[in-house]
Amino acid sequence: MNIELHTLAEVQNVSGEEGNFTVTVKKAPRYVDMEKCIACGECAAKCPKKVDDEYQAGLSKRKAAYIPYGQSVPLKYALDGENCIMIQKGKCGACEQICPTQAIKFDDKEEILDVNVGSVILTPGFKAFDPVDLDYTYYKKTPDVVTSLEYERLLSASGPCAGHLVRPSDGKEPRKIAWLQCVGSRDINRCGNGFCSSVCCMYAIKQSVITAEHTTGDIDQTILYMDIRSHGKEFDKYYESAKKGGINFVQARPHTILPGPDGNGAIIQYADKSGNMVEEVYDLVVLSIGLQAPKDAQQLSQTVGFELNKYGFVEATSFEPVSTTKAGVFSSGAFNAPMDIPQAVTDASSAAANAAVMLAESRGSMTQDKVWPEERDIAGEEARIGVFVCSCGTNIAGTVDVKAVSEYASSLPGVTLVENNLFTCSTDTQDLIAAKIKENNLNRIVVAACTPRTHEPLFKETLKEAGLNEYLVEMANIRNQNSWVHQDNPEKATEKAKDQVRMAVAKAALLQPLSKMSVDVTQKAMVVGGGMSGMTSALGIADMGYDVVLLEKSDMLGGNAWALSKTWRGEEIKPEVEKLVAKVENHDKITILKKAMLKTAVGSVGNFVSEVDVDGETKAVKYGVAVVATGGKEYKPNEYAYGESDRVKTHLEFDKMLDSGATSSADSVVFIQCVGSRNEERPYCSRVCCTHTVESAIRLKEQKPEMSVFVLNRDIRTYGLREDLYTKARQLGVIFVKYTLDAKPQVSASGDSVSVKVADPMLGGRELDIKADYLVLATAIVPNETKELVELYKCATGDDGFLTEAHPKLRPVDLSVDGLFVAGLCHYPKPLDEAIGQAQAATSRAGVILARTELPLDSIKSEVTELCDGCALCVDTCPYNAISLESYEDKGKEHRRIVTDKALCKGCGVCMATCPKGGVEVNGFTMDQLKAQVTSALAGL
Amino acid sequence: MSANKLGSVMVVGGGIAGIQTALDLADSGYYVHLIEKSAGIGGVMAQLDKTFPTNDCAM
Repeated sequence: MNIELHTLAEVQNVSGEEGNFTVTVKKAPRYVDMEKCIACGECAAKCPKKVDDEYQAGLSKRKAAYIPYGQSVPLKYALDGENCIMIQKGKCGACEQICPTQAIKFDDKEEILDVNVGSVILTPGFKAFDPVDLDYTYYKKTPDVVTSLEYERLLSASGPCAGHLVRPSDGKEPRKIAWLQCVGSRDINRCGNGFCSSVCCMYAIKQSVITAEHTTGDIDQTILYMDIRSHGKEFDKYYESAKKGGINFVQARPHTILPGPDGNGAIIQYADKSGNMVEEVYDLVVLSIGLQAPKDAQQLSQTVGFELNKYGFVEATSFEPVSTTKAGVFSSGAFNAPMDIPQAVTDASSAAANAAVMLAESRGSMTQDKVWPEERDIAGEEARIGVFVCSCGTNIAGTVDVKAVSEYASSLPGVTLVENNLFTCSTDTQDLIAAKIKENNLNRIVVAACTPRTHEPLFKETLKEAGLNEYLVEMANIRNQNSWVHQDNPEKATEKAKDQVRMAVAKAALLQPLSKMSVDVTQKAMVVGGGMSGMTSALGIADMGYDVVLLEKSDMLGGNAWALSKTWRGEEIKPEVEKLVAKVENHDKITILKKAMLKTAVGSVGNFVSEVDVDGETKAVKYGVAVVATGGKEYKPNEYAYGESDRVKTHLEFDKMLDSGATSSADSVVFIQCVGSRNEERPYCSRVCCTHTVESAIRLKEQKPEMSVFVLNRDIRTYGLREDLYTKARQLGVIFVKYTLDAKPQVSASGDSVSVKVADPMLGGRELDIKADYLVLATAIVPNETKELVELYKCATGDDGFLTEAHPKLRPVDLSVDGLFVAGLCHYPKPLDEAIGQAQAATSRAGVILARTELPLDSIKSEVTELCDGCALCVDTCPYNAISLESYEDKGKEHRRIVTDKALCKGCGVCMATCPKGGVEVNGFTMDQLKAQVTSALAGL
Repeated sequence: MSANKLGSVMVVGGGIAGIQTALDLADSGYYVHLIEKSAGIGGVMAQLDKTFPTNDCAM
């Protein structure tokens, strides 16, 4: 209720300043009254005008009366003014005639709104590269060359071929598919996009894996790439499993695509690794198109007044990664740089944190909490059930005889009132239900309509509005589970609907009001780890106005950052660390505990208590949330003569020499990539090493242009705008040589030089023998030990020791335990700007909990009954660690029973299903209620 | 800087980043205006079939 959604809207002007902006918003007419529209779809069914469907990437048609897609939010139709015949030519009006709620408004007008806000956050996304101008791709000139976004729709179950993959030319299943990487990315010559789009390698691999799952029999799939960039968490494993699964990965950048024989498929021509020309015919070719700055980037930057970089993305610094150059204006997502979903979601929370910190003093000043009427006590009342049967336009009534169902419902025990509504979910029906509850003293409600997943919250609100406990409603899904699937058999569908209603009534009669649950929140945070991530989170939370306890295991804040020299953008790091340390140390809301180790952790979201060992002394800390930022470290290798010669260095060791200028005497430096990464022991990419190496190589070349600099690599992964560094390094003459895991470089060190031998595929596998003054090993990043912490909090790590987030895409900074958040290297290797971004995101996520004094909980929770004898079978089966065992005394005897933590319990019912004696039940799904429902179902037989 | 700061934020763009930004802010005590140029929110992610590495439905 505190988000106001303005669709079909654009920003026209921004005035004012940080803390108080006036934004002028232009809202295009929707031509549909959103209050009246009940999304029945009749308008679209009747609309005669067909238009290319943007959602299906233009592969199929929609109507001029449309919703963008089935699950659209808001679920309200719109008329596409540019294509509607009535709006354009004044004829038609079919939708207006059919609309059952008179929602069509042909006279709807454009609106201009002035909105006052304290901050503006820009998240316009990206523009997918359009390859139509790249002649060599033959895109749009031959049907079986498609973009990756079109292919995504071809694969989708909600796509134009309903998930059964066929190619556009002849509708046949393709048996041989190729992906062309870097179309519109890493390409200065053809389109001026020098950057890497970061996500295309992974989506191409995903598409090939899904394709293999979708098709039967042999399928030949090839990905033609320059470097595979699977630098995200768990991505390399996915890549390796795709290789094992038979996807071909061919390193090549094809120069020509031609239409295939008879206009079907396409021919790809390319030079292979050894320079031989190859020509292959494919049934279907997918162009892995890049992510460009959004179309309106320039306009937005001028309107709002902030700067863009040369590619049209937002200009930002590594230390304030989501702040634009205009104070009070932030940006997140692909507008900042091409990025994948978890990165965009992290970025989003990070931008939210910045706005929240800036506006901290005004928090809660404009939001509202809904106030409900007092609840009626129904204790001791006989069940008086009201049944509301929905026609859903013709959605239900077209198949199910709703009148017969309504009549039948009247005959059921306990039923006081039955109504049939055209749309039970419409606003006027909510008023009607509330009125009927009061008039007839109803104390249980059954809604026979659609799915509780989307509509139960609405009916719960209606009950609350009418002064009834919200848990006194039961739904029977006579649409999704009935009319939609039994269209061909109306008679049986009607009988089934009666069964469904009878079951719902049987259960409803036994429903009991459930009391509101909540937990008090200790509005204080603990941050574990005093590196850049931990300090950033601590400072953000403190600046929001909450107390923070910051734990650091050493006697100094700053962590790894003290050892770093420059960011990939070339900014000096140490002065920023100094500034941050000073801010944190001088903040009156932050208590710093150095030489501190977490000893215990009990409690759950909102209420944790820990004992912390501070230099031998134990301190107790109470807190509502915790941010885990325990960091990582550079892996020390035991290969490539490391430790045998002082000429062999790790990255961080070599940085010190670079900073001091000690490297200028060298004539030759070799870098070896993936030392300790992407191997059997550590099958992940350490993400930062390629950029670090390229940066160092550039510094060497700039110090001494005649120096020979070699980079021995498996793939160069300078993702996003970092690609510019790779380009620059090549221009400066840095030599990049690919090697593979089964032909790793051979190193021997003696005296002042190191000999590195490696087979160069570009020279037909001929061995290079490089005499280097220094060998730099780009070693892995490994997480610091978190075993104890993981056991204390019962959170988890993956196989590689990095903490596991609650959801890899959508909750990338939440840990699996509510109230715990993660930031920095303990989550996955990442460069400083991303660590800071994630730490700010953790601030925002923590702020969501800290903003309230109590946390409301759903009342559907497990409840221990008197029958529990403490057998503890359920303790192990609970997926949320919500159950523990306690002892108690009764009549001098010691007994055991379980206790459930209401904050942890999700009401899944696994305990109840496990318990052999009814010792635990889930509210709203008790054994009696379920039994009544089942008995009632069987009564129809 | 304005002396009287407003406790509201405008988020421009209703893709996955805009949605997450809006939710975080609304849940932590700020009133949010979410501006979307098309008829519904969701952005490009809603067009994706599945997401790796879990191959979950993107919807």
